Amino acid sequence: MPMNMIQALNSAMDVMLDRDPNVLVFGEDVGFFGGVFRATEGLQKKYGLKRCFDTPIGEGGIVAVAIGMGAYGLRPCVEIQFADYIYPAFDQLVSEAARLRYRSAGDFWAPLTVRTPYGGGIFGGQTHSQSPEALFTHVAGLKTVIPSNPYDAKGLLIASIEEDDPVIFLEPKRIYNGPFDGHHNKPVSPWANFPESNVPEGYYTVPLGKAARVREGKDVTVLAYGTMVHVAKAAADDAKIDAEILDLRTLLPLDIDAIVESVKKTGRCVIVHEATRTSGFGAELSALVQENCFYHLEAPIERVTGWDTPYPHAFEWDYFPGPKRTAAAMRKVMEG
Amino acid sequence: MKNTPALSLYIPEPKYRPGDTPDFSDLNVSAAGVVRRPDVAVNSSEIHDLAFTLIRVLDDKGDAVGPWDPKLDVDTLKRGLRAMLLTRIFDDRMFRAQRQGKTSFYMKSLGEEAVAVAQALALDRDDMCFPTYRQQGLLIARDYPLVMMMNQIYSNEQDPLKGRQLPIMYSSKEHGFFSISGNLGTQFSQAVGWAMASAYKGDDRICAAWIGDGSTAEGDFHHALTFGSVYRAPVLLNVVNNQWAISSYQGIAGGDRSTFASRAIGYGIPGLRVDGNDFLAVYAATQWAADRARMNLGPTVLELFTYRAEGHSTSDDPTQYRPADEPGAWPLGDPVNRLTKHLIARGVWSDDEHKALVDELTEYVKAVGKEAEKNGTLGNSKLPSVKTMFEDVYKEVPPHLRKQRQELGV
Repeated sequence: MPMNMIQALNSAMDVMLDRDPNVLVFGEDVGFFGGVFRATEGLQKKYGLKRCFDTPIGEGGIVAVAIGMGAYGLRPCVEIQFADYIYPAFDQLVSEAARLRYRSAGDFWAPLTVRTPYGGGIFGGQTHSQSPEALFTHVAGLKTVIPSNPYDAKGLLIASIEEDDPVIFLEPKRIYNGPFDGHHNKPVSPWANFPESNVPEGYYTVPLGKAARVREGKDVTVLAYGTMVHVAKAAADDAKIDAEILDLRTLLPLDIDAIVESVKKTGRCVIVHEATRTSGFGAELSALVQENCFYHLEAPIERVTGWDTPYPHAFEWDYFPGPKRTAAAMRKVMEG
Repeated sequence: MKNTPALSLYIPEPKYRPGDTPDFSDLNVSAAGVVRRPDVAVNSSEIHDLAFTLIRVLDDKGDAVGPWDPKLDVDTLKRGLRAMLLTRIFDDRMFRAQRQGKTSFYMKSLGEEAVAVAQALALDRDDMCFPTYRQQGLLIARDYPLVMMMNQIYSNEQDPLKGRQLPIMYSSKEHGFFSISGNLGTQFSQAVGWAMASAYKGDDRICAAWIGDGSTAEGDFHHALTFGSVYRAPVLLNVVNNQWAISSYQGIAGGDRSTFASRAIGYGIPGLRVDGNDFLAVYAATQWAADRARMNLGPTVLELFTYRAEGHSTSDDPTQYRPADEPGAWPLGDPVNRLTKHLIARGVWSDDEHKALVDELTEYVKAVGKEAEKNGTLGNSKLPSVKTMFEDVYKEVPPHLRKQRQELGV
């Protein structure tokens, strides 16, 4: 059944609410209204107030309550309206959720999933566009997951909810309705026109910690996730480069084997993400590729990222690392 | 020209600093027995006055008076006394162990024993506790093995937390004692979630959380009261006002402007202010709040008004910021002495029996101490296996951590 990403996420929560009475869904505007992006639409009506409900505007409180519920034995799936607003919950995520199992030697744990829309390309300005994934991949004890299409979104979200470790589930809101390749002057085609919108109605999972090779190639390996998977595909087409594109899907734990196998084959690597460059997740990827594939590299590793500035409003397309910059990086590594 | 004076910044300061003679005679202390005891089903708006008084049961003669007298049987009182004494003797021994270099750190609860012990006895054993680092009396009152507490403090090979946690950051799900975190206030709002979960499941267990006067300034305090109020969570939100947050007096947390119990009023939660050194008052108020929670009437804020009679921790010297004799000048006395006096006044306890109990518990703690030291103390190399350092970060050890473990060669 064709679903866009919102419908796929909604279906994942529907499936899990139905399968497991310990699953609860809550967050700001999540209940009656169904979420500002409609991701929880209909769930309260179907499962009742106690399974899917609205919360006060207090991100630290939302996550804290979810941790307490997890310690009791529930499996909360909570929403932070925008990733840009997850920071008030940072202490609860980093100091508590991530460390609970470790510090109690397995006595308590926090099986929560924190869904949050992230990423730019929507004229969201400074506080509706950020990509804070590196803040979470730096935290031992958290898992960080980012889907790039409806099929993966549902399968990864079900796997995340079932996971006994805390999961930060970042949803690229730019591609909720259809894949966006960074060509912002072209109309976006809805997900229904793409095979990844073919989402089973029932239960299935996409395993955490496994990357997907979304395009096979022999010239250069492109490491991407979220919206940038689609940008990378367009850039490879534009540059007419036989690029192999890996959609990482889970940033931590990372599918290092898939990355190493691909880079050893191509000998070149381009890393793309929307987040700012300095200390971004690309730095970790670059270091890992260098450590694991040094003798196979035929060119320096390139990073195409957001600039080291807050996300601007008016300069959206100068900031967003689109296909032009990505293609230029691919050409550059091919010359190297 | 403006005709108002120049603005001036106000910085609260405690009344007494080192060298001053502390005098608390102007402290507004209600007489024992005078505060009314409303029905547990009372609407919170009808008891705002209880947030500004002090619920007290034991009078100066050691008699239990007034409507809050929980009328406890002698066995329960003796159990309470024993657990408080054991907590105090354990604290002393561990404090000394730190000074002897057997561990890196310790925190006593001297003067606050009634809070943890009376509350533990007033709650059911399977009610969940979200403590801070100064409620060790909860574990002791719930008969958690003392040797396990010492093993944790020594980070030795029998440490249940495998050497991962700073001393005293205990955890025991079996004893309804949530894992202690160094991050202040975080557990206060988590407790609300636990209580919500219990209510969601139709369970009959409730939950209690503790926070200090200083940490009420954290955002988590506000989250706990907001979420607790909104969802009527069956939780006791305890503020242990021991007057001091390390070197900051409670006025720095806002305590000079209004009582901590009164914070509850704005959230529509009942707030009770209780003499924290009065075992019977703490027990009675806890029971009242627990009954409310169990009847689905929602949370209660309890301010346990007490005094931190010792330094903040083994790393702290309180004579640097308050008069050395301030603990002795504190008008609410000592919780152990006051309960002892009550038992003697009732004719069920004597000085000889008391001395015998102190001796017995001292010997017991000494014996347990020897047992724990056999398992190792910090720095004597009897540690948990280093391999375990990489476990429990996640449920399963992921590939990158397996690799790092191999790098370390273990």
